[in-house]
Amino acid sequence: MASTADHADHADHAGDAGHAHHEPGFVKKYLWSTDHKMIAMQYLFTGMVMALIGGYFAYAFRMQMAFPGQHVPGFGFMAPGEYNGLVTSHGTIMIFWVAMPVLLAAFGNFLIPLMIGCDDMVFPRLNRLSYQIFLISAVVLVASFFVHGGPFGGAWTAYPPLSAKAEYNLTPLGATLWLVAVALEFVAFLLGGINFVTTAMNARAPGMRMWDIPIVIWMIVLASIMFMASVGPLVAGAAMLLFDQTLGTAFYDPARGGDPILWQHLFWFFGHPEVYVVLLPALGIVAEVMTVFARKKLFAYKTVLYTAIATGILGFFVWAHHQFIAGIDPRMANVFTVTTVLISVPIGEMCFVYIATLYGGSIRLTTPMLWALAFLAEFLIGGVTGIFLGASGSDIYLHDTYFVLAHFHYTFFPIAIIAVFAGITYWYPKMFGRMLNETLGKIHFWITIVGFNMAFIPLFICGAAGDHRRIYDYSSFPDLAKPYLQNLRILATVGTIVILFGQIFFLINFFRSLRGGPVAGPNPWRANTLEWTVPSPPPHGNFAVMPTVYRGPYEYSVPGREEDFWPQNLPD
Amino acid sequence: MIETFLAQASTYAKDIDNLFTLIAVLVGFWLLVAEGIFFYFIFRFRARDGQKAEYITGEEKHQKRWINIPHVLVLLCDVAIIIAAVRVWVDVKQTLPPAEETIRVIGQQWAWTFMLPGADGKLDTPDDIVTVDELHIEVGRSYQFELQAKDVLHSFSVPVFRLKQDAIPGRTILGWFKPILTGVYDIQCAEICGIGHGIMGARVHIEDAEQHALWLSSHQPVQYAAAQP
Amino acid sequence: MKPIATTRSATGIPTGRLALWWVVGSEIVIFGGLLASYIMHRIGHPEFGDYAAHTNTWAGALNTFVLLTSSLFAVLAHQAAEKGDGRKAHRFLWYTIGGAVTFLVVKGFEWTHEIHQGYTITANAFWSFYYTAAGLHGLHVIAGAIVMGVVAHKAKRNEELQRVELVGIYWHFVDIVWIFLFPLLYIAK
Repeated sequence: MASTADHADHADHAGDAGHAHHEPGFVKKYLWSTDHKMIAMQYLFTGMVMALIGGYFAYAFRMQMAFPGQHVPGFGFMAPGEYNGLVTSHGTIMIFWVAMPVLLAAFGNFLIPLMIGCDDMVFPRLNRLSYQIFLISAVVLVASFFVHGGPFGGAWTAYPPLSAKAEYNLTPLGATLWLVAVALEFVAFLLGGINFVTTAMNARAPGMRMWDIPIVIWMIVLASIMFMASVGPLVAGAAMLLFDQTLGTAFYDPARGGDPILWQHLFWFFGHPEVYVVLLPALGIVAEVMTVFARKKLFAYKTVLYTAIATGILGFFVWAHHQFIAGIDPRMANVFTVTTVLISVPIGEMCFVYIATLYGGSIRLTTPMLWALAFLAEFLIGGVTGIFLGASGSDIYLHDTYFVLAHFHYTFFPIAIIAVFAGITYWYPKMFGRMLNETLGKIHFWITIVGFNMAFIPLFICGAAGDHRRIYDYSSFPDLAKPYLQNLRILATVGTIVILFGQIFFLINFFRSLRGGPVAGPNPWRANTLEWTVPSPPPHGNFAVMPTVYRGPYEYSVPGREEDFWPQNLPD
Repeated sequence: MIETFLAQASTYAKDIDNLFTLIAVLVGFWLLVAEGIFFYFIFRFRARDGQKAEYITGEEKHQKRWINIPHVLVLLCDVAIIIAAVRVWVDVKQTLPPAEETIRVIGQQWAWTFMLPGADGKLDTPDDIVTVDELHIEVGRSYQFELQAKDVLHSFSVPVFRLKQDAIPGRTILGWFKPILTGVYDIQCAEICGIGHGIMGARVHIEDAEQHALWLSSHQPVQYAAAQP
Repeated sequence: MKPIATTRSATGIPTGRLALWWVVGSEIVIFGGLLASYIMHRIGHPEFGDYAAHTNTWAGALNTFVLLTSSLFAVLAHQAAEKGDGRKAHRFLWYTIGGAVTFLVVKGFEWTHEIHQGYTITANAFWSFYYTAAGLHGLHVIAGAIVMGVVAHKAKRNEELQRVELVGIYWHFVDIVWIFLFPLLYIAK
């Protein structure tokens, strides 16, 4: 490791021969590195820290839901404003500072150069810059928790006029810091996207054709393109909102010719594709894990790709289903009902393909495989419950109830937690050179899955019974203060605590195995893709000899071969 | 299914509940089929010693059939759902049946103000009746509402009617309902509107003709000027 | 010692140009979102036309001419760079920067005049859009001028001549944005 780290140092001091042979300092190695693997780790650990913050917030406000007005252990008494701040921050953090950095940036940075067979991203310094901007955005968001007035409490959707005027939201500093943080985060991911797309397009190993690229790389590239194409209008919208907040412009002020609904269009034109921005990498990770542990070729590689592209394109024409009852022209709702319900066709097809991949396999239920399978099982529930909300007629009733909340947690939790754990447990040996403990991994898996279902199935029922969202205490609504609803809320809170408790096993496993786990070797899972042909962890520059690719990534159990895998770089 | 939790107090509540049930049956069927096959495969194709997995590309026609047939069936179910959903939507949101009475609903941080037209049947006249956080209406009567907001977005939600509509400052949004059950039920604000969002509830009192007349007579009309803060 | 990744070109398109198109693509959607929002407002509010009457169409037309001319110099700089004549490219790039500065000076006079008349960014939604859209474009003009200065500095010594083309593409993009802004903000009355 020492000699390869020297290279990193050397690269930064090109031409500065006198410094070529010293150990890089801590800052140089961990904070100022341009190595794609180190940047991936920075994103991963930042995402994990933010996930802990977001999880703690979830604990706090779920306790308030279950036992309104009582002292929450580890938090204290909760005022309504604090409750709003917590739910807003929880949503913002989990989507923008957990799902995005981990799924797109951490896995994208780690996997793209390794899986396409090159030594780094094509713009390494831009890559470092994108992480630094991201880190600043996280710091700005965390800072907003501590300013006078507290964090922004107008929900992660930040609809104006509530978000635009301090006299309405009562968090003058929190609202502005929230917006600045989100905007910086967008910039970071626009910069990161340049690297993901250009690297995957141009830096592929010789012999790697379009159809030889692992699905997860395709998915990260498609997600980056979708992000770029959808976030622009919201960047403009965020600038307008920032000016409304700070300068007093009139973009969202109906009294001076502005329109608050404009923000909703800009937000959801981004917000809905954003779901697919995080979904696609998750599906990619699951494809890699499932093929390896079923020892199967991916069923209909091109179909997976086409359905992903179809979902991506269709995803741009469904945004107004978030606004059926927001005061848009009711005739528009019919168009968006059609597009929204039709998106179930490509997504459904994708799920069928994944299930078909299992057919005829030789399935080993390792920890990564359990996570990957759980992703599919749980995501299906999230997918079908979306139909209730995409259908305009039933959305009139279900809009902004806990049914919506349960639905999107059944999509986002599998994406941002379950698929991420599939990815972390699967690539951990490659990232750190050690194996995770399987027993601890399975305990962690089962506690998390049980807790997850315990937390969110009751909320479907609460939502169907009329519980609306972002209420800190239901005592003002006699119909909702009934004991059976309160019992369901308590059950959901217990589920939340179970999930959080389960993560202790993950953290123990993660940090203990860094030093104590069995040495992994280059290819512990006997997988085909290029990252498994190099030592674990990969040295700086990744490949001692740059690989040439001879076949697709999923040639498992090919008839007539002794081995049941066939690495992409082995000549015939 | 929703009627087990909440009364159906408007004419269209039943339609929305039926739509919900229809979708539940259709997607529930697909969910069960998909999950059933999924778990069966996990069990059936578990790793056994000395047995290699099959090599299936999924690119050939007879293999793709297994994806394409369910694909078409899903599409058919989608069409059924879309038709049912749009029918309900058009009925509830896109048409305005003639009203026997027009009321005004105003949301503000953090209260609901309701304006009833009074004896002359017209809003913005001196005999308007203004109430805060309680709405008195007569069962069996067809109402239109003019929905307004004073400061930020609010959402006028009456779960027993299955009615929800956002209120937007600077606009007046029209809608309708026709109550069919008497009783007292919740009105909610269903769009976050600041720190008081959690207390922005009201009650709808659906009364029969006699009670409603009694309430009207006991309630002094408020001067119109006083109703405009 | 650059990474091997930077030397590869599996698509046959230089990586720098791919990245530039990515930047232009993200900028197009940013301006696209802003302008689409403006157009929706414009359609819904006929009175925007009256406000637009207070903009100075002649100044806008002059600036259009200035930007188009500067784009021509960017093309000439690219041609020089193609031939390997870094000094000439350097000179034409500075002419382009001159165009950018002229544009900003005209803009400065225009805005000063309008603000003195009371048409500030907070006056109403039209003026909010006017200053935000033109201001965002102005930031791109400034950024483009700075980048061109850096590229010109290198080009003078015949280094990194491929960047002359890239900065030229970017400048055309800035130009095209103005071609949309000018009729939308000034002419549509």
